[in-house]
Amino acid sequence: MDNKNSNKDNSKKEGIGRRDVLKSLATLPFVGALLYGAFRKKSLQHYRQHQLLKELNLDSISEPRPFTPVATGDKGLLRIGIIGFGIRGQQLARSAGFADPELIDSWAEAAAVNRADERLQVYLDQEDLNIRITAVCDIFSVHAQRGLDASANLYRTGVGGQKDKPAKFYAHYRDLLKADDIDAVIIATPDHWHAEMTIEAARAGKHIYLEKPLSLTVAETHAVEHAVRENNIVFQLGHQNRQIESHLKAKEIIGKNILGKITKIECYTNRNSPNGAWVYDIHPEASPKTIDWQQFIGPAPDHPFSLERFFRWRCWWDYSTGLTGDLFTHEFDAINQVMALGIPHSAVASGGVYYFKDGRTVPDILQVSYEYPERDLNLLYSASLASSKQRSKTFFGHDASMELSANMTVYADRDSTRYRKQIDAGIIRPDTPLLTHVPGREGVDVVTSATEQYFASRGLLYTYRGGRRVDTTFLHIKEWLDAVRGSGKPSCDIQEGVEEAISAHMGTQAYRLEKKVFWDKDKKEIVTS
Amino acid sequence: MQNSLTNGYSLPGLVSLVALRVAIGWHFMYEGISKLFQDNWTSYAFLMDSQGWFAGFFHRLASNQTALAVSDQLNMWGLTLIGLALMTGTFTKVAKIAGILLLLFYFAAQPPLIMAEYMFPSEGSYLWVNKTLIELLALAVLFVFPTGHIIGIDRLLKKLY
Repeated sequence: MDNKNSNKDNSKKEGIGRRDVLKSLATLPFVGALLYGAFRKKSLQHYRQHQLLKELNLDSISEPRPFTPVATGDKGLLRIGIIGFGIRGQQLARSAGFADPELIDSWAEAAAVNRADERLQVYLDQEDLNIRITAVCDIFSVHAQRGLDASANLYRTGVGGQKDKPAKFYAHYRDLLKADDIDAVIIATPDHWHAEMTIEAARAGKHIYLEKPLSLTVAETHAVEHAVRENNIVFQLGHQNRQIESHLKAKEIIGKNILGKITKIECYTNRNSPNGAWVYDIHPEASPKTIDWQQFIGPAPDHPFSLERFFRWRCWWDYSTGLTGDLFTHEFDAINQVMALGIPHSAVASGGVYYFKDGRTVPDILQVSYEYPERDLNLLYSASLASSKQRSKTFFGHDASMELSANMTVYADRDSTRYRKQIDAGIIRPDTPLLTHVPGREGVDVVTSATEQYFASRGLLYTYRGGRRVDTTFLHIKEWLDAVRGSGKPSCDIQEGVEEAISAHMGTQAYRLEKKVFWDKDKKEIVTS
Repeated sequence: MQNSLTNGYSLPGLVSLVALRVAIGWHFMYEGISKLFQDNWTSYAFLMDSQGWFAGFFHRLASNQTALAVSDQLNMWGLTLIGLALMTGTFTKVAKIAGILLLLFYFAAQPPLIMAEYMFPSEGSYLWVNKTLIELLALAVLFVFPTGHIIGIDRLLKKLY
């Protein structure tokens, strides 16, 4: 017992011995090994992320475009007329800051149930564009009323909330264009009305935001171009995808020749629902009494009253440009933005009505193949309204390929000449992305993580500016309004609109004539030989 | 036989327990520093990918900017410091409790349920029990059989204070 006690005392007296220090620090070498390994790995990653970017000449890639403030006060105030308040007209008004009060209520309800639903908050946070909707024209009384309700919703409130004075209603767009209290118009009518309304609006000196497509025919395209240029108005075609950051990044990357020689581009439409195939709901209050059918027909061939044709007009050539005008134009405009392709040399097309056998005349399956011999390039458009299997626009280059949507991903080609050394050295792997850009991130990243892929697969509707989530349609309208106020230029001006319209019409003609069609540069016509 | 006992552990027992502690610490610490090394690491995707009983809680956590920022910092620094503590045997008791709690969160966020399919494919096949749970249980074993006061900085701390 005594012995034990004295031992204990001894150890206390001894304090910390050599043995204690050794045992205490025995595992420290493992920490050293971990840190050594971690920093070695980090420097390899750093090389991939920075040195490789430098070698690819991508270290100076641009930052996101700055967000410019809106001109405030009465001086900057613009008065807008909206022609057509159907599905798209309503969306445009909402993006411009004038949402239907019922929509505000439904967003508020959704946010109350699900706190992650931020649509209302994003909308309320959106900048005021300093505009008033002073005129609304629609030929269906229900849509017209909805337009008037939205026009009064300056304070972004629900039903019963504080409201401003509603816009003036016009039964005919020609009367709207005569009004003095309108600086600019938003046109969101069926395709067959686009040219005539745009020409008249330009002549009336109104600035124009026109939903795509520009026109129904080549002749109309020339007439619209002439009217817009002659009258010196600010014109914007409604391709909100012009505002997607990844398209700007793609343009820079292709400009720096990362992909090598690009000889092929493919773009797609992948839809698989009645709504996606333009089979929209028929409103229960719709009838010859509530719809001005004669004004709907307008420049189109005469036809007895038809609710299907009124609500689902995109299904008939009489009023619509079908897949090429409605959906290929989005793809083409994005590609044109990235590569400045212009009008193709020729086009062949095939397809048919294979799924939606509802009496439509426009195809639901379509392929169009465009040639650009001067650029050594083929552009293929492949569309299905009966399968939503996702395919993204792809640029095929000798050294790398690029997939482009709201995100951008570049893969090196395993047989690339340029990247041979890095591929052999294992620095570049053809099976993992060489470069990625996801919305909200600055610049471009080399080597992507699963986290980013996750963001990538979900960043489809919104783009990011200055770290905030912003609606691309809002940005596109804002860009147009800024230009009207004398600052900057619209990114989808008449030149881009003409290139897109002619490309779409070539696809349509090739399909309808079942022949290869060519663009005659001198005559400015589509010809078959 | 009595001679080979070290503070009640046999030598092979002690070596195994310390090795397990160092290995778990290594795993924690490298998970932590690899996140610290990434410019923009976030727990967002992991939280949003949550399934099972607590999915709602983790989704809300991810969708709140402040909570997400706190969660990101706690993860990066928590993993690194718990790892360092386990490897060096410093404040091992606290580190083990913190480690168990963190692993409990990871397990609850993405339990290997019958119907669950996660975005990050797992390298093995798991049903109800996965490596997170096993690591958690291993930490529980280490909690019951501590070694920091024998091989670790805790030995010095115990002497000093």
